[in-house]
Parts: sequence; C-alpha cells; structure tokens
Amino acid sequence: MKEELFQQKIDKEQKIEPKDWMPQDYRKHLIRQISQHAHSEIIGMQPEGNWITRAPSLRAKMILLAKVQDEAGHGLYLYSACETLGISRQELVQQLHDGKAKYSSIFNYPTLSWADMGAVGWLVDGAAIVNQVSLQRTSYGPYARGMVKICKEESFHQRQGYEIMAEMAKGTKEQKEMAQDALNRFWWPSIMMFGPQDSNSPRTGNAMKWKIKRQTNDELRQSFIDKTVGQAEIIGLTIPDSELKWNEKTGHYDFGEMDWDEFWNVVNGNGPCNHQRLVHHQKAHTEGEWVREAAKAYAKKQELVTQ
Amino acid sequence: MSDLFTYTLRIADSSLILGQRMSMWCSKGPTLEEDIALSNIGLDMFGQANGFYEYAAQLDGTKSADDLAFNRNEREFFNHQLVEQENGHFGITIARNFLHDVFNFLFYTQLSNSKDETLAALAAKSLKEVKYHLRHSSNWLIRLGDGTEKSNTKIQEGLNTMWQFTGELFEMDEIDKQILSAGIGVDNTALKNDWDTLVNNTLQKAKLNRPEDTYMATGGKKGLHTERLGFILAEMQYLQRAYPDAKW
Repeated sequence: MKEELFQQKIDKEQKIEPKDWMPQDYRKHLIRQISQHAHSEIIGMQPEGNWITRAPSLRAKMILLAKVQDEAGHGLYLYSACETLGISRQELVQQLHDGKAKYSSIFNYPTLSWADMGAVGWLVDGAAIVNQVSLQRTSYGPYARGMVKICKEESFHQRQGYEIMAEMAKGTKEQKEMAQDALNRFWWPSIMMFGPQDSNSPRTGNAMKWKIKRQTNDELRQSFIDKTVGQAEIIGLTIPDSELKWNEKTGHYDFGEMDWDEFWNVVNGNGPCNHQRLVHHQKAHTEGEWVREAAKAYAKKQELVTQ
Repeated sequence: MSDLFTYTLRIADSSLILGQRMSMWCSKGPTLEEDIALSNIGLDMFGQANGFYEYAAQLDGTKSADDLAFNRNEREFFNHQLVEQENGHFGITIARNFLHDVFNFLFYTQLSNSKDETLAALAAKSLKEVKYHLRHSSNWLIRLGDGTEKSNTKIQEGLNTMWQFTGELFEMDEIDKQILSAGIGVDNTALKNDWDTLVNNTLQKAKLNRPEDTYMATGGKKGLHTERLGFILAEMQYLQRAYPDAKW
C-alpha cells in the first residue's frame, strides 16, 4: 500500500521529501548515487587543482581557483542532500576512504598540460552538465534542488574550459598540439562518464521507474556527443574517433566502440591516478584531524562558559 | 622607475605571493568548509594583486599586469618575506596570515586616505576583504590556542616560526619616505603600536605567548628574499617562461 502511494506520487511528478516514506532500496540507491556524485565533486578538485599554481595569467588563475572552489561548494550541497537520507558526512567520507563508495572514474586520469584545463572544463564538465540537467527533474526533492543550483555554475565552467581550448587552438603550433593532445586523451574517458551501455547497466531498471534517473546512459551519451562534435569543428580540433559520422536517418552521430576493458579497469581501481587521488584525500583528512579536534574542544569550552 | 610605481608594485607582490600560497591549500583543507574559506582568501589576494598590478602597469606604460606578475625574477620581486613562507601545517598558515592580516588591516585603513585616488580606492576595496581575513585568522588563532594541548603547541610553533618576518613590515626606506611626504603613502613605523596592541590582545585571548624579538629578517623591499620565493616563481611563471610567444 505504502509502496503504491509512493509510486503514484512519483508517477504524478511530485517530489519525494526527506520525511516521506520511501522504499529501503530507493533510499539506498539515492545514498549511493548522491554520495558518489558528492565524492566526484571533491576528488574532481584535484586534477584541476593541479594547475592553479601554474595558471598562465592572473585572470586564468582566478577563474580556475574560483571554479575548483565551486566544486567544493557542490560537494557540500550534495553531502547535505545525502545527509537528509539519514547518513552523516563522516560516514560518507569513511566509505570513500574504505573504497566502498566510488567517484567518477574520469578523475583518475592525470592533467598533463594547461590544455587539460580546457579539456576538463569543456568535455568533463560538459558531460556532467548533460547528466545534471536531466537530474534537475529527479524524484528526490533535495537532490533535484541541489542540481538546479549546480547546473547554473557548471555551465559557466564549461564555457571557461571551451574558451581555454579555443584560445589554444588558435595559438602557437605548440599550443595547438597541446589542445589536440588533451582532446585525444580526454575524449573517450569523457564519453564513458555516462557509464556502461544500457544493455549492460544493471541498475537502470528501478532507477528509471522511481524517476531517480530520467534518461538512460546511452541517451545521455548520445546527446553529449551530438552537441560536442560541432563545438570541436568550430575551433578546428579533431575528435579522435574515425567512425564518428552524422547519420541522416537517426538524426544523431554514429560513433566508434568504447574500450570497456579500460573503463572497468579504472572503475575497479586500476587507473593512472586512482591511488594518488584517494591518498591525497586521506592525507588531507588525517592532517586536518587535530584542527577539527581543536575546534570541537574550543566549542565545548564556549558552551560551558555560556551555560 | 618612478617611486609610485615601485610602491604600488610592492603591495601587489605581497598580495600575489600570499594568494599563491593560499591557493596551494585548495583540496587540502582540514574540513570542506575551511577548504572553501582558504581558497576564498586566495581569490581575494589574487584580486587585490590584479588591481595593484593594473595600476602599476598603467604607471609604467609599457608592461601589462601579467608581464609584471610572470616576467620578473626573484630579485625584482618586492613582497614581504613573511608571505612567501611555506604553508606548513594549518597552524603555521594561520599564524603567518594572522600576523600579516593585522598589518594589512592597519595599512589599508591608512592607505584608503591616500591623496592618490586610485591607491585610495584600491585600498578601500582591499580593506573590506582584509577585515574578513583578519576575522578568519583571529578566530582560528583563538580556537587553536584555546582548543587542545596539541593545537596550542602547534599554533605557538607557527607564531614562533613566523615572528622573525614581522619586523620588516614596519620598515621605511627612501621610497616609502618620499611617497609618505607626498601625502600618498603610509607611515609603516607609526602602525607598529596598533599592531602590537591588536596582536597582544588576540594572543591573550588565545592563551598564547608573544615570541621574543630576536633576529628580524629584512630585505623584501630590496628584492632580497628567503630561499622559498624562487620555487614559488619557478612554478608560477613556468608556462609564460617556457612559451614566451604564446597568449593564453
């Protein structure tokens, strides 16, 4: 009965709120998805943070730092949204450190040149936006509202990345090479950000029924590819897929086969930066422990004083 | 090089180098909220640096703000040595920033009355941000000083390490004197009393000891620095130096 009412509400496009009854599996699915999303924002600070001290102009430095700071802010909203489901941020971070919670595999690739700041903004944030725009209509209220705010900032991030790429693509020979190289390295990992193909995605079923997910992995991926191909052409860069071709019949681009062995390898911890990203986060967390302890001890003393 | 140009450049350099240091905290903060706060301070410092460099570039007439930031060597940078010191642990960063924030607060309060309208406006804008920075560092100084035994030891270590770089803040060289007598600059020496009072009051609240004045470092105004600055510049200027023909 409860479950029927719940499903009716979802079918009528009404949001589920923290105090509403929800099936355990719905809660579990959301915690997994929102925390994965939060962890991605936080771990995603590292590959871009890698270039803040080397950004080549005062403007670029400020924009990049502001952008990475936005990611931290997104992480904060998402952890808060997740906490409304009855789990603490501390537990979520512990799950990340224990390897029980995942984050987007894209952040396990290194950023090797300044052009990678362009590629990450343009492609990685571009892919994230496609997913997040769709999630603005997700059935869980706090998650949907968080997405609305996040989408506004992400579209600025994508423009910032594209601007770097465009600038470099029309720059010196070396800059153009860096830009093409960044596109070559980030293209396939970016389109794999949408996850496995629908035929091979075990969790899509319930997530669609519960309207946590509004579009399938393949639909989202196609929409990203369709809008990105033209952007690459405008700035004179070549997408590294020889099978990429406009299909009149479907009204979409056809594209080549993704390397799923690599995808699963990176998901399962064997990517170029998996170890480094996690250790960085654990180290900062451990080194901050005495600070958090001190803040707690001080707050406690203040409480005693005011009592 | 005009005195006003050099005077402006010195302010810009201290802001940039402290911004660079603060940006190194990004993704390493003790909490997510604090990570955001530290980055924010870094962003403010870059914004201030940009404003003062733009003005210096205008006075110079041949170089851009980016040229000034990315194409000068260690001996051509005039920042306070205090701001180039390594972040170390959180307590070291807070101690460094606190000592500098108190100075900046007093300095910009005075400079906002400058006869030079641009400097006055830049100072007034910076002052708004510096008030927040000072609140941030003072609150942490107190929280750490009066937190746990461990945090007290660590923040005291921070103060002891940074203390030798505070003497330089109050120095006046010929350029400072010229700019002061033109009604444009600040009398740094005269800031010392207020600085002492503010610092002592906060240290007392934080249950920390004021380190003794022993050796005081000097040289920033002459482009003499600690060994730290070279590494900051090498990293910061790498792309501009490696690809001098490129626009970014």
